[in-house]
Amino acid sequence: MVDFRISEEHEALRKTVEQFAREEVAPVIGDFYEREEFPYEIVAKMGQMGLFGLPYPEEHGGMGGDYFALCLALEELARVDSSVAVTLEAGVSLGSMPIYRFGTREQQERWLPQLCAGTALAGFGLTEPGGGSDAGATRTTARLDGDEWVINGSKCFITNSGTDITQAVTVTAVTGQTPEGRKEISSIIVPSGTPGFTVSRKYSKVGWNASDTHELSFSDCRVPAANLLGERGRGYAQFLRILDEGRIAIAALGVGLAQGCVDECLRYVQEREAFGHKIGTYQAIQFKIADMEARVHTARLAYYQAAALMLRGEPFKKESAIAKLVSSNAAMDNSREATQIFGGYGFMNEYPVGRFYRDAKILEIGEGTSEVQRMLIARHLGL
Amino acid sequence: MNIVVLVKQVPDTYSERKLADADHTLDRDSADAVLDEINERAVEEALQLQATHGGEVTVVCVGPDRATDAIRKALSMGADKAVHVSDAALHGSDAIATAKVLAKAVGTVEGVDLVLAGNEATDGRVGALPAMVAELLGLPALTHARKVEVDGSTVKVERETDEGVFFLEASLPAVISVNEKINEPRYPSFKGIMAAKKKPVSTLAIGDLGVDAGEVGLGGSWTQVTEAAPKPPRAAGQRVEDEGDGGVKVAEYLVGQKLI
Repeated sequence: MVDFRISEEHEALRKTVEQFAREEVAPVIGDFYEREEFPYEIVAKMGQMGLFGLPYPEEHGGMGGDYFALCLALEELARVDSSVAVTLEAGVSLGSMPIYRFGTREQQERWLPQLCAGTALAGFGLTEPGGGSDAGATRTTARLDGDEWVINGSKCFITNSGTDITQAVTVTAVTGQTPEGRKEISSIIVPSGTPGFTVSRKYSKVGWNASDTHELSFSDCRVPAANLLGERGRGYAQFLRILDEGRIAIAALGVGLAQGCVDECLRYVQEREAFGHKIGTYQAIQFKIADMEARVHTARLAYYQAAALMLRGEPFKKESAIAKLVSSNAAMDNSREATQIFGGYGFMNEYPVGRFYRDAKILEIGEGTSEVQRMLIARHLGL
Repeated sequence: MNIVVLVKQVPDTYSERKLADADHTLDRDSADAVLDEINERAVEEALQLQATHGGEVTVVCVGPDRATDAIRKALSMGADKAVHVSDAALHGSDAIATAKVLAKAVGTVEGVDLVLAGNEATDGRVGALPAMVAELLGLPALTHARKVEVDGSTVKVERETDEGVFFLEASLPAVISVNEKINEPRYPSFKGIMAAKKKPVSTLAIGDLGVDAGEVGLGGSWTQVTEAAPKPPRAAGQRVEDEGDGGVKVAEYLVGQKLI
């Protein structure tokens, strides 16, 4: 029989992060968002709690948990704010996970302890100005010159790539041609501050405004040959694996945002009066909130199940695509409805629902657009 | 240095808290139960003292079965073991009855150098329990500590109350209650949460402590709550129209309230 109860330890973690988000994030994050400022103090506290090390074994400085623990933490953070949630999501599933999964012993020893502690961040440079989901269109190149890679090209929309504590970005680059004549793509770790590696301006974004996103450029940037991540030519397979997992994490983040909308509305409709009654007594409002709850509930089950498959070592590509698709839909729909319920106040930045509305849209775009998720699902149905 | 921390499970201050209609005791089902915030600070202080002076940190709790969650939280923060006194006969115990049980429970822990507690629980707000426990154990009581320093066999405490700051010193063992300025408690890590599951918790009934059922519970308590009513909603404020003398009027109002 199917059982969706989560373990006592996972529940205790969920509660701890819920408390942390309520006490440490909620009171201050609105101001960071408004100033478009990266919340270093909050990230440091998240690091002290071990959130950045959640899915890793203790030998690497991790917490000995699993990917599901990370997802629960992401959901609870995103209930309050998506900028800090995506900082954790990208920090783990894009920053440290490629090094953990594909790195050599030396690479793991060099990078993982501080990434797990949250005292350092790493980014994953996949998307380029010419395309995101069409990763085969990578134009950045890396040429082996003696015992160094020489990297040229540019990357865009790279999360956590330009903070004061960013120490490296793993970039995908064309390193040659496969025997079949296709591009050979490899991943290479580029430490921050390497000559020729420029972190360009901070983007002005619609949402996720307290998170760090930059454009990166590489001009004859030289790194040791030993910075190759895993095997040469495995870059494509590597990032597909990373993105498949990452979809579950993003789904958890979307569920958190959608839940945050329900939380805020429940509070508001029991206080706000219109036409002589609390607006929560009107069926029009009740039905909206019931639909919001139904969306978040189904999206949560979808990501729980995808995570369960992944942790059991079973195929989870279709399920993670479904989880991401339905949770980003839920986030969009719930934030739109929540903003509507709040009326004029919903349009004011001082209430979280307006922030949720702005933060929801990217969930239909980042780490594979909703169209890409549908493509993956259709492909699994044999179309 | 072996430290005992007295902890209590209380209704979450973020949820609506109610008393049961029948006997005016806490309606435990109406609110989420959590480890009292001030106890988190007491546990944190114990862990910081342990980091410097070594020894073991034991959590002692009197409460129903579900208080295990509060105990687990303290263990996941890093405490080593726990004593949980749970007994149906304890329902409705007042501060003195609870203090008697706590004192006996502290007695089951060997070689205690220091007993730490919060200065006041967020539910009952009696604020007398640490002193009562000290009295029953025959130990010095240093209450409302905002700073604790242990040096050999003496402990120095900065005690802060509305009256001012007092610098106290006592020889160990002693009982200390901490206030909200003592520290910022850590959030448990997942590693801590998983480790907590394996830490020993000895669950005792009052009979195991040699406490008679007649000394505790609603019947054995010296005080009884005979009536309880929610606070009336706050009355509307007084409006001051500024006709050039707004500042004076506000000042007069504050003087009238003896606030300035």
